[in-house]
Amino acid sequence: MSQNKMELFKEGLWENNPIFRMALGLCSTLAVTNLLFNTLIMAAAVTVTLILNSIIIAALRNIIPEKIRMVSYMIITSALVIIIDMIIKILYPEISKQLGPYVALIITNCIIMGRAEAFAINNPVFESFIDAVSIGLGYSLSLISLAIVRELLGFGTLLGYSITKDLFAPFTLLSIPPGAFFMLGIFILIVNTISSKKGGKK
Amino acid sequence: MNFLLLLFVSMITGNIALTYFLGLCPFVSMSKKVEVATGMGFAVTLVMVITATSNYLINTYILIPLGIQFLQFLVFIVTIATIVQILEIYIDRYAPLLYASFGLFLPLITVNCSILGVSLLMNLRSYTLMETVVFSLGSGLGWLLAIVTMGALRRRLAFSAPLKGLGDTGITAILAGIMAMAFMGFSGVGR
Repeated sequence: MSQNKMELFKEGLWENNPIFRMALGLCSTLAVTNLLFNTLIMAAAVTVTLILNSIIIAALRNIIPEKIRMVSYMIITSALVIIIDMIIKILYPEISKQLGPYVALIITNCIIMGRAEAFAINNPVFESFIDAVSIGLGYSLSLISLAIVRELLGFGTLLGYSITKDLFAPFTLLSIPPGAFFMLGIFILIVNTISSKKGGKK
Repeated sequence: MNFLLLLFVSMITGNIALTYFLGLCPFVSMSKKVEVATGMGFAVTLVMVITATSNYLINTYILIPLGIQFLQFLVFIVTIATIVQILEIYIDRYAPLLYASFGLFLPLITVNCSILGVSLLMNLRSYTLMETVVFSLGSGLGWLLAIVTMGALRRRLAFSAPLKGLGDTGITAILAGIMAMAFMGFSGVGR
């Protein structure tokens, strides 16, 4: 059984990586990853929402009527997001302004709805928790790796500290929207290449 | 703000798919065929205008007077879900032909982040009623333009051989990047 849970955990991190493998939740991924600090906040917000959401839905799975389950998910998620949005507004008012609508858009993030529908509604609380943690980590790590590359090359900084600014002129393309798409494409290429090599060895 | 300018900005330079990254999940998954992309695009435009306008009215005349703006997200998403449901029933009943062409997409639209995104943006930028209508129409048409163009581009992919590792999503992302650059080329006009 514990073997099983480890498998479940690994799946979310790599094989079912929400961003690069399943192409879910792309809106926030691309919009916030030009600065690492904003990305960290966003990743934390999504992960916390995902975990709490999965736990609540798994706990209520026998009570939620099948026909209105979508609306139920949405109400649960939006209640959680309202709370998280308030916390971010209080702790980091500046960041909250920069993130703009994207915190609220966690409500319609397909990852959260997807995990609720594909996993939490049919599984006990603990398994759903593990699943949510692994998918959340997969999401966060993908976001952070994208953000590191984009901020380092796009602005020459990391978390606002100058790193390569003096070495070469910042590659501004990466900090604006088209660069986000290009980076996403390149990351997908890398991830797919690595996993097809892995598959070939087996 | 000049309405024509607002329409142009929301359609081209501030395209919600390509500069705000909204509604990307269907943008990637439904742009394989031009016909499907067109249906989805029109459905999104229709729903976007109706929901943004009703959310504006609800926000201005109910939430703000009652001082419960903190419930905004919840109210917005419930409004969107309700409107989509009603629209689906109504179109099915009175315009079966129209329903056959894009009724299928309506349920999917509830969880489309571009719809909620437009409602949130109109609220963040404190648009007036007329501006909200123009902005949501422009955003919807811009999204339609982007997804149809993407559908057409992806059809051409059949004749070329992109790197295998990119897969469907990867090549779509790269194409979207190039498209985003083209759309940004107009940005001098909007300012």
